[in-house]
Amino acid sequence: MKLVSIDKKDWEKGIERLRPRYRLFGPIREKTYHAFQRLDEGQLPDLAFANTRLSPKDIVFPQSKAILECSLDETKADHHIMKSIAGDDTPQLVLGIRPCDASALTLLDLNFNTDEVKDPYWIQAREKTTFFGLACDTPQSTCFCTSVGGGPFDEKGLDVLLVDADDRYLAKILTEKGAAAMQAAGWQDESDANALLERRRGAAEERIRSVVHTDRLKDIDILRLHGAPFWEDISFACINCGTCTYLCPTCWCFDIQDEVHQKTACRMKNWDSCMYPLFTHHTSGHNPRGTKLQRLRQRFMHKLKYFVDKHDAGIMCVGCGRCVHSCPVNIDIRHICNLMNQYSTEDACEAQG
Amino acid sequence: MQNPYLPYPVRIDDIRIATEDKSLKTFKFVFLDPDDEDRFAFRAGQFAELSIPGVGEIPIGIASSPVEKGFVTFTVFRSGVVTTHLHNMKIGDIMGIRGPLGNSYPWDLLAGKNILIVGGGFAFTTLRSSIVYMLDPANRPKFGDIDVVYGARTPGMLLYKDELVAWEKRSDINMHLTIDAPAEGWQYNVGFTPPITEQKAPQGDENTYAIVCGPPVMIKFTLPVLEKLGYAHDHIIMSLENRMKCGFGMCGRCGIGKELVCKDGPVFTLDQINHTPREY
Repeated sequence: MKLVSIDKKDWEKGIERLRPRYRLFGPIREKTYHAFQRLDEGQLPDLAFANTRLSPKDIVFPQSKAILECSLDETKADHHIMKSIAGDDTPQLVLGIRPCDASALTLLDLNFNTDEVKDPYWIQAREKTTFFGLACDTPQSTCFCTSVGGGPFDEKGLDVLLVDADDRYLAKILTEKGAAAMQAAGWQDESDANALLERRRGAAEERIRSVVHTDRLKDIDILRLHGAPFWEDISFACINCGTCTYLCPTCWCFDIQDEVHQKTACRMKNWDSCMYPLFTHHTSGHNPRGTKLQRLRQRFMHKLKYFVDKHDAGIMCVGCGRCVHSCPVNIDIRHICNLMNQYSTEDACEAQG
Repeated sequence: MQNPYLPYPVRIDDIRIATEDKSLKTFKFVFLDPDDEDRFAFRAGQFAELSIPGVGEIPIGIASSPVEKGFVTFTVFRSGVVTTHLHNMKIGDIMGIRGPLGNSYPWDLLAGKNILIVGGGFAFTTLRSSIVYMLDPANRPKFGDIDVVYGARTPGMLLYKDELVAWEKRSDINMHLTIDAPAEGWQYNVGFTPPITEQKAPQGDENTYAIVCGPPVMIKFTLPVLEKLGYAHDHIIMSLENRMKCGFGMCGRCGIGKELVCKDGPVFTLDQINHTPREY
């Protein structure tokens, strides 16, 4: 894997070279937080950020996406025959995605790109997007990527890893796509600063203090965890606002809704949330997850148990800490993960009194 | 790449009122592109999304049988936005069908076995598909005894009455029809499905499987009866329902533990269901 040095003086020049080739996205400061946005003419990504408030998953999995359409006008020959809305395949490049958020995309791949069925909108978005990650030198107190199979310099899901080395960026080229973008930008100065990169990696990893334990999750019986008494305590404060699911880089649940404008019908794929009662509400009125306890339990059991059992890819969480940071009632996935991981038979007996 | 969200265009070829209260209608669909019928090849017990552009989609069990060619049928209860809209549609209207979706009844496992079918109310659609499949001359020799217990509130609420009467007359299937209370002209059983099952159904053994489909209250009282008759939990086969959107395991809402009703089901054995959170 080639290491390239980018003098910060050449940063803007390179981005200008990329602009005609790619639709660029990067973190932009908005009032008190950063958000990934399409970079306008002349606009540069602001890389002086901890992490964005929302994960950049919407660049490849939009919050709302029109997938099918047809005419409802019965005078037209093909009325009421749904057709796929051809996606725009303009290449896009995301500058400054954090390694945690990039590795989340590889977990979403397990849902949207399977051997049995593939989501063509996801596949197209993934293929047309190149990810330049920014290694994380300033992890926050809520970050725990290192205990969930990642790290502040993790390379999963990235095409290029950028490391801020004071007056320059070190760019580790990880894929063909990454190499093509580096070439397009004219960033070609090979570097042998591997030792520096490794030193920075070690230092960043040491700054992550928060730890979750996941080693026992796989071995604990689903139904015992499902029936654990702690769900009552944890869900007591939950207001089912859904903030956690919207911020989360690994939450993928979605809804399908039809919209009609004049004589055109459009089928949309929209983010949804397991925190909302309507998510599972049957037409009959019956709701299998009608209480907030059931909904909160679903979210954490899905991430920390069902996913673990199903995919053998660890937990469905990359340790970005957003939900911990933004939950209005301080529900903490680290605490829940540890409670689940240490849940034992003795606890179950106590629970049954 | 195949787009799993894209329905096959179909034309409504026929609409029949299926029950006396008119709350159920049976829709017969013909594929606009005849090749789509081959692409839609299904097994009894699978479902599909009926897709009405501009309105939405609903997951409904396939009521026609794989051995019936040239069309597919669905019997639909008028209940929500999409089903109400569908009930107001007319012959000749164009819409879509997306599928087939889900697993099916385990036909490989059921080959050579005696089959008990217990159905109630309007959950008889995929059971009808299964019966027609098993009674097909090419398939009937593959199965042992076939018993069917089917109950509804009144004679007029039984689905597919003409076929039920025809099956009553056959010697290669034992029909046990029942209604909740006596009615004029009714010549079969009277009583709820669970007690009639207890009286009429064959004993369970290694070579006998029960397929149970019905309203929750029927399921609740039928399962203990089947246990009493000696059916092991892995010999009791059920079909679950949950709210669904995509139907192919991505949108996340129909999960019961790590299983998804749309993709890993809707057909599960009671044994499997016992090992999963009952969130259906």
